[in-house]
Amino acid sequence: MTALQQELVITVVKVLVLFNVLLGLFSLMTYVERRVLAFMQFRLGPNRTGPFGILQPVADGIKLFFKEEVAPAGANKWLFVAAPAVSIVTAFLSIAVVPYGGTVHLFGRDISLQIADLDVGVLFLFAISSLSVYGIVMAGWAANNKYTLMGGLRSSAQMFSYELALGMSWVGVIMLAQSFRVADIVESQAGGFWHWNFFRQVLGFLIYVVAATAEVNRTPFDLPEAETELVAGFHTEYSSMRFALLQMAEYVNMITASALGSNLFLGGWLSPLPQFIPDSPLWFVLKLFVCLFFFIWLRGTVPRIRYDQLMDFGWKVLVPLAALNALLTGAVVVFPR
Amino acid sequence: MTTPDAVLFYVFAAVTLASALVVVGQRNPMYSAFALIVTLCSLSAIFGLLGSPFIAVLQVIVYAGAIMVLFLFVLMLLNVKAEDAAEGSGSGILKGVGVALAAMLVVQVGIVLQHAGRGMAASGFDASARRVAHVLFSAPYVYVFEATSVLILTALVGAVALAKKEL
Amino acid sequence: MTPSVVIEHALLLSLALFAIGVAGVFLRRNVITVFMCVELMLNAVNLSFVAFSRSLGTLDPQILVFFVMTVAAAEAAVGLAIILALQRHKDTLDVDAFSVLKW
Repeated sequence: MTALQQELVITVVKVLVLFNVLLGLFSLMTYVERRVLAFMQFRLGPNRTGPFGILQPVADGIKLFFKEEVAPAGANKWLFVAAPAVSIVTAFLSIAVVPYGGTVHLFGRDISLQIADLDVGVLFLFAISSLSVYGIVMAGWAANNKYTLMGGLRSSAQMFSYELALGMSWVGVIMLAQSFRVADIVESQAGGFWHWNFFRQVLGFLIYVVAATAEVNRTPFDLPEAETELVAGFHTEYSSMRFALLQMAEYVNMITASALGSNLFLGGWLSPLPQFIPDSPLWFVLKLFVCLFFFIWLRGTVPRIRYDQLMDFGWKVLVPLAALNALLTGAVVVFPR
Repeated sequence: MTTPDAVLFYVFAAVTLASALVVVGQRNPMYSAFALIVTLCSLSAIFGLLGSPFIAVLQVIVYAGAIMVLFLFVLMLLNVKAEDAAEGSGSGILKGVGVALAAMLVVQVGIVLQHAGRGMAASGFDASARRVAHVLFSAPYVYVFEATSVLILTALVGAVALAKKEL
Repeated sequence: MTPSVVIEHALLLSLALFAIGVAGVFLRRNVITVFMCVELMLNAVNLSFVAFSRSLGTLDPQILVFFVMTVAAAEAAVGLAIILALQRHKDTLDVDAFSVLKW
């Protein structure tokens, strides 16, 4: 087997493993979200299907699979079918550059725990999140329904407004690490939890949290798809597996945002006290779950923000703050020289 | 040429040409816009194959991710319908002549290029973001860089002024 | 990186894209589609710049591509604003309708 074929096999294995882990995590998240939200709201949540309701995602999947696929009469056939596909493809593509560990030494080769170790890793993520807007635009337009169109336009405007703040919140982190590679950014936080970008880039972290929540269309920024507004927004006309694909895309985006947050700001797979406990991918998983819990916590606590307040906040507060953060970080990095 | 890079290049070149033809030929402007997005993304892949990862990612971020969203927004706001097929008379012949001339141009330049034999530079071509930034932020390009920021500000103000309903 | 992409073919692709863009500008009647064909021409030029950058080994063409993209973004914003204003004025997006300045 030539070196190229070996690389190909390793990459395919990594892709398969990560794909299945993501699917499993997605179904786990649907269950965990409903339970945790329920406990926060003083009720029980799904606890009938299986012990403690753990088989609820399976039941949901079976139900969605057997529903009838309805498409509205005047819907644009190609775009209607392509929209969930674009959403899910961009959601899964962004996981390709998120590392979950350093390099391991298996079978005599150094394998980095990352599908694609790009030199422009963080920029690739920015590019894929720019492309994910099209899934929503297509979904909103294709259903031939003024509510979905409004929901789609609002959601896509919200997404690319907060994308700007999102990208600029990463600039400080990139300047500190002097590299676009996500693995390099994680390595730059080595040496204990006081070196994490959570403490070195507090403003950047706060901007990231707000912008990522808006990017993923989660509460408090989920006006475009909330059930009480615009009849479920851009995914009103979707049923059965296409709806499942759109939900999957949203949850996978949430997982990617959490994974990225834990890599860029919380130190990834690095341990908080490296003298006592070694680094390992388990730290990454722990931080990922903390971030996911934070998203669910936010949903259970904060009310929804009105659309014009949302756009005002994104353009008039977050973008100037992010620019200020970039300026200050640049000054701190350059002046000692 | 059987290296994976060459095979991928021809695949993406075919995708680019096909979607460019859809952009020009499709009656419905929404489909043209989506075909243009496909063209831009496959061009980005070709940039990556030509050893320029920074420009490749920038192409997706700026062109496919921002400019085309602008196009789609305007198309959706104006609710543009498909063009009717009836054009002016005699334009069928003119169209045919135009397409034939374009094809002749491509073939002729192809023949010239075959004999030019430029080929690739020696190995060591490093167009990573770091090196491009190094060149970009040194004279004289840094002045142009600052000038483009003024340009973008002007375009921002101009676009808002032009598109407002009442000034 | 071992040379694998034939530069001449990349240049041919750029020329073909440019020719398709020019054909679109002449043959289409919707203003927005004409604008999209102009963007196609700009991208064809970007491709030839990147191909020459790879072939000559310099980074100056990459900087030029960067600036072309920036200017294209600014131009797209202003152009679409103009199209919006035109549509409001004449209620049509047909290129032949905007011929007031013709002699």
